[in-house]
Amino acid sequence: MEVPILKQGHYLIASIQSALTDADLSQLREALITRVGKFRARGVIVDVTALDVMDSFAVRTLRDIAHMARLRGAETVIVGIQPEVAFAMVQLGLTLKGVATALDLEEGLAFLNQHPEGRLPDRPSPGRNPRG
Amino acid sequence: MALALPLRGGNIPPGEDKGMVGKGKDGQALTPVVEAHSEAAAGLLRELVAHLRQNRTQLREEWARRITRAVLLTAMTEEEIFAEATSVYDNYVEALETGTFEALQAYARNLSERIIPRGVETHEVVGIVLLLRDVLARSLFAKYQEDFDKLNRILDAYEPAANRIANTVAVGFVQERERVIRQQQEAIRELSTPVLQVRERLLILPIIGVIDPQRARQLTEQLLRAIRTNRAKVVVIDITGVAAMDSNVANHLVQTVEASRLLGATVIVTGLSPEIAQTLVTIGVDLSEMATVGDLQGGIEEAERLLGYKVLPLEEVVPKV
Repeated sequence: MEVPILKQGHYLIASIQSALTDADLSQLREALITRVGKFRARGVIVDVTALDVMDSFAVRTLRDIAHMARLRGAETVIVGIQPEVAFAMVQLGLTLKGVATALDLEEGLAFLNQHPEGRLPDRPSPGRNPRG
Repeated sequence: MALALPLRGGNIPPGEDKGMVGKGKDGQALTPVVEAHSEAAAGLLRELVAHLRQNRTQLREEWARRITRAVLLTAMTEEEIFAEATSVYDNYVEALETGTFEALQAYARNLSERIIPRGVETHEVVGIVLLLRDVLARSLFAKYQEDFDKLNRILDAYEPAANRIANTVAVGFVQERERVIRQQQEAIRELSTPVLQVRERLLILPIIGVIDPQRARQLTEQLLRAIRTNRAKVVVIDITGVAAMDSNVANHLVQTVEASRLLGATVIVTGLSPEIAQTLVTIGVDLSEMATVGDLQGGIEEAERLLGYKVLPLEEVVPKV
């Protein structure tokens, strides 16, 4: 099933509605990367709330999307990872290093709005922010 | 009959028991004897049940008296004991009659559910069942004292079934108790890791005591659920109360931090004692991914800063008149 990609201001929002095959995931990656250039998007949000399983290919594709989008000038946020999925991912060592994550779509948008320049620290870590 | 004696007390269905006796006594081919004797056994069991039904009132009363005299079931009143004794008695006789134990098992479970919260001990339950067994056996002795041979055969039919009943009730009770204990353990474990909200979008998770893999798992699950329901952005995990840490525990902690990040929450770990800091550096656990602050106060201040809060004395906030 093809994932709908919505344009909202400077951001692209891909909302995954059901379990995806590997081919669907690759198709999503192609579509997103193409449209980042086409719409001159500065941010990409991938909503995975509907997924209750994520395998290594899905995680790798999400990471690739984030890295590729960054090369094209857009920051990516993965939103809506379910607690059970997060726990399983960590146990399998799939931790999406260097990719921003947020609780839900609203948080994801807030995160992108806070960093309008599109150049971000690779993960929000309190240790790296200057005090005060 | 000598052959039959060692068989009593085992969980052998009356039919088989009779078969052995038949062979030992008559020395004939096994099969027809078994049939004849199981029929005989069934007849004896019927006779036995009839006897127990007939003397129901008297035996029940005798049993309740014996229970009181043995100072068992002290948590219950005499009326309660008599009421329970009646239903146990009826279930007992029914199990003897039908040879099926499901009803009795269900009843034992139900009874245990009711009496465990009142503090009834295992030895009391086993004690009363053995008392009933004794009361019934004595009444059989009294009834068949003239005919020793028949008494023996009646006992052959009665004892294995009675043992199985005693077993069923005791096991039912112990299982129920274990279930209660498991439930309580679960409750304690959940209480032991409270996830507390101290500010809008800020959670703290104080960990006290030993972290084993099971607890680490439960702790992480609880934290992730809390992050979702409270829409938390920052979590402070305080491990002041954790006495020792090895690489396993440290790995669990790292996993918790990473899983929280996947949900969009930042984790700050506070309260690493000097010993733990030394251990972690010595065994070479990589905690560079983890934000750490000295104590809980510092952790909460850091979290507030991340969330954009600033705590000020009142006079600095209220404009001076």
